Amino acid sequence: MATMIQDEIERVRNSEIWRTIFRSGSGSSNLHRSQAVQQNVFLHLFSAKIRSRAMEFSPTWFLGALTLSTFFILVATGILLMFYYHPSVPQAYTDMKDLQFVVASGVFLRNLHRWSAHAMVFLVFAHMFKVFYRGAYRPPRQFNWVIGVFLLLITLLLSYTGYLLPWDQLAFWAVTVGSNIAKAVPVMGQKIRFLMLGGNEVNANALLRFYVLHCVILPLAAVALIGVHFWRIRKDGGLYVPEEKQP
Amino acid sequence: MSDEAKTASSAVPDEDCKDCTRREFFAKLGIGSLIVAGAGTGLFSYEYFSPNVLFEASPIIRAGKPDQFPANTVTLDPQNGIYLVNGPKGFYALGAVCTHLGCLTAWKPELDLIACPCHGSRFNKDGVKVAGPAPQPLPRLKVWLSEEGYLMVDRSSPLKEQEFVKV
Repeated sequence: MATMIQDEIERVRNSEIWRTIFRSGSGSSNLHRSQAVQQNVFLHLFSAKIRSRAMEFSPTWFLGALTLSTFFILVATGILLMFYYHPSVPQAYTDMKDLQFVVASGVFLRNLHRWSAHAMVFLVFAHMFKVFYRGAYRPPRQFNWVIGVFLLLITLLLSYTGYLLPWDQLAFWAVTVGSNIAKAVPVMGQKIRFLMLGGNEVNANALLRFYVLHCVILPLAAVALIGVHFWRIRKDGGLYVPEEKQP
Repeated sequence: MSDEAKTASSAVPDEDCKDCTRREFFAKLGIGSLIVAGAGTGLFSYEYFSPNVLFEASPIIRAGKPDQFPANTVTLDPQNGIYLVNGPKGFYALGAVCTHLGCLTAWKPELDLIACPCHGSRFNKDGVKVAGPAPQPLPRLKVWLSEEGYLMVDRSSPLKEQEFVKV
């Protein structure tokens, strides 16, 4: 039975249609397997060959992969939430309540988005601590650490801009306080706050600006930097795996 | 141009482009126009993202008739973010937005203080800070009596001196 399934998979993998899509075809030689990675648009960012130690739990605790997973959950649930949410002052709060009480599975998606957001912030910090205490930021990986710091900033900005969107008291005052912190920047603080809010008070313009930042600009920036971050892992010689101590 | 002059000009970059080649000239022209376009884009973006028309509330508001405010009381108008105080010397108004990070404060009659819920700043009824992180006192706002007999408050211009309105 098992061999029958195996043979059927082999047959499909060697068919013309499969090979027009995946090119490398079947085969388990090192060449075939490395081609399967190199010739896939998504996988070619990664190394074709890594040390098996790098796939174990202890060098990374999988924190980077978990962070990426929460990001994917956030993109998927966020897009679904956008189908019901209007970024306007009269509607934002009631749309959020409708998602909780009226829309089928709305409360599940909203809570999944919220908890994943909290988890992502936590995991980004955990990932950074892990990288730091492992010493994985050291040359030749120092530039990837810098990209990581920018990704941290984008994560925090996503978290902050998303905080306003429910348009409840918590959101309103958090953004009032946050925009006043921006105002404390010397010389241009007032201007920064004005540009951030699109006015002098947290109002319709601020809601729309935060919505566009949250749903378009910051996710695109995150995707671009995540791409570079992953590509740099290969370019910098793979995941950092400390030499095992001799017993 | 002699040969020596040619080698000199190619070795040292010619800042003024007095006798640079056509290629160098166009390269400089290209870089220059990119700089101009970049600066223009920056300026254009700044202008675009600064709204010229705002749909925000007027800074001048009508607080109410004087008899709505009993003597020696502090009344918060949360919609407009002001306190109207009917004190012994007359009426005066304070901004109700905390000078620390912009939260709306609340009047606590049992403490005889104005308290901010966000970070614990406290002010007395003259707006002077008595506790907490607020860097400034609450601003005193101009109050006057309109012809229709309403107390009016201008939220845009804090007063330097204390002013009271007697009714």
